[in-house]
Amino acid sequence: MSLPKASGYFRTRYEDDAALLDTRWRCGAFACLLFAMAVFPFVASQFALDLANQIFLTAIGAVALMLLTGYAGQISLGHAGLLAAGAFTAGILYRELSAPIWITLPAAASVGAALGFIFGLPSLRLRGLYLAVSTLALHFLVVHVGQEYETRRGYSTGVVIDPPSVAGFTLADARAWYAVLLATCIATVLFALNLLRARTGRAWRAIHGREAVAEALGIDVRWAKLTAFVVSCTMTTVAGCLFAYYRGFVSAEAFSLFVTIQYVATVIVGGVGSILGALLGTVFVVLFPYGIEAAMGALGLTERLASIAFAVNYAAFGVVMLLFLAFEPQGLAGIWRRVQNWFLLWPFRQRPTGR
Amino acid sequence: MPPDPDPVQLAVNVLVLASLYALISCGYVLIYRVSRVLSLAHGELMMLGAYGLAVCASLFSGHPLLALAMSLVLALTSGLAVYGALMWRMTGESVLAAVLATIALGILLRGAMILAFGTQTLYPLSALGWTNPSIPLGDSARISAASLALVASTAVVYGALFVGLRRTRWGVRMRAAGQNPLLAAQRGIRLHAVYALAWALATFTGGVAGMLIACDAGIEATMAIIGLKAFPAALVGGLDSLAGALVGAAIVAIAEVLMIHFVDPLLSDVVPFFVLLAALALRPWGLFGTREELDRV
Repeated sequence: MSLPKASGYFRTRYEDDAALLDTRWRCGAFACLLFAMAVFPFVASQFALDLANQIFLTAIGAVALMLLTGYAGQISLGHAGLLAAGAFTAGILYRELSAPIWITLPAAASVGAALGFIFGLPSLRLRGLYLAVSTLALHFLVVHVGQEYETRRGYSTGVVIDPPSVAGFTLADARAWYAVLLATCIATVLFALNLLRARTGRAWRAIHGREAVAEALGIDVRWAKLTAFVVSCTMTTVAGCLFAYYRGFVSAEAFSLFVTIQYVATVIVGGVGSILGALLGTVFVVLFPYGIEAAMGALGLTERLASIAFAVNYAAFGVVMLLFLAFEPQGLAGIWRRVQNWFLLWPFRQRPTGR
Repeated sequence: MPPDPDPVQLAVNVLVLASLYALISCGYVLIYRVSRVLSLAHGELMMLGAYGLAVCASLFSGHPLLALAMSLVLALTSGLAVYGALMWRMTGESVLAAVLATIALGILLRGAMILAFGTQTLYPLSALGWTNPSIPLGDSARISAASLALVASTAVVYGALFVGLRRTRWGVRMRAAGQNPLLAAQRGIRLHAVYALAWALATFTGGVAGMLIACDAGIEATMAIIGLKAFPAALVGGLDSLAGALVGAAIVAIAEVLMIHFVDPLLSDVVPFFVLLAALALRPWGLFGTREELDRV
């Protein structure tokens, strides 16, 4: 863990080193954040509430991908395939067996674990670009299976799912979804942070750094890689299952390669190697299309480009991603750190060398 | 079950599809061999070449040969432009960053092309004033003129590349930069120039493939998928081997055509990826590729 970002705090126990909230300022800020998030559904408009729900839903998948690609260093271009697997598990079980959510959610998680194992097997032999390509191929296969189900069962436009109900309480209201998704998102982030503080997270960081050295230190590289894939894929399929219930609708076209690229953008734009980066990247990617729409409206282009608005989206998204890759490799988290450092180190510009 | 396909026609289909995949794969192989970057924007660059032909055909209507020549020049220069505007920044960056840059470029190009040309299908062949007759081969098979041109172009391109990479000075420079960039740079080879040339040639061959597809079937927004389907052909043969690309294209084309005829036509989009996974499981570096990428720590 890093040094406390304020003076007067000294660590006297090992637990302090690993604590998530170490200064009084941080505890206070976190309490304010929790309060704001709890109050939000009562003051926000329906549109903002839907945006917030989308952010939380995407954040689960983004944190999962950050664990896999940002921390463990295993490049995965198959993310949309895993979301599709979770969504189709929910859809198929609902359609064929009328299964309730407390069956489909664990089923989606088990499908995710199995797929994670399969997606992870190439990583034992391949590295870098070949691994990315194998996950890409698996993505196409999974989406194809979903599409086959759709065509064979005659759901040409997609599988419709009713809102889930647990113990008589139906989850159809946006506020109820907000509470559920917020809780899931917080649980996911907490889970990820704890995993990273523990032995598994350290093993992942080690294999990301240098595999041979990790092996020499006694870390089981194969186990670490497979764990990374299994954990990440399970989280992603659960997110896919929730996505299916939230939208009420599952269709294979919603899980294109562009969705994978959007998730990878949350990792890249957010900043590789930080959970905060995953969250910032999520906010960016979810709000980006609406920002483009607002910009188009401000420029008065809405009617002319209405039918090809998605093309404007594509082009703008490509440009922004290229700009981040070329000029801001550390992403939004890196920008945040620079801002923090500017305040912390003022009037100095950078840390003195040789500290 | 569809009616029993004529074996000669099947062979012709395989030949045409293999030529297409081979022509597209040589773009992947050229860029990877010279600069170790996997360009996943190749499908979109192919489409750019096809749209270039449509634009030149309407600009130079009445002079089809001039339009064709201008579109070839355009394809070459757009490759140079892609390198000069973007990819030179990515030299030396991590694998993931370079691949993501090409993916982002592909997304940008796709959006820009839809914005510029709309979503309806274009037919540059009619704009050029030429037709695409169906030529009979023997007594049972037929091949369209555009497909025949495709097979011929692939042969010419590969022949030129094989000779060029071995005999010409720039070809030797490209091979040297691919083998050991640091040593090549220290020997005075301008790496940026070599990489730019590789991108120009790759975009040129991809553009030619795109133009020929457009002549056969028109330009649709979904043409970029063909580029992605040709990638397994490059990988199966070995990402840094041109001969491998030919063999890989043949394998993928045979698998796809046989699957379409004997199993299920809807599988055509997934068969290349099955082949890809099989290749990655059995021999990740491809049939003719160099092995060092995977075992290096």
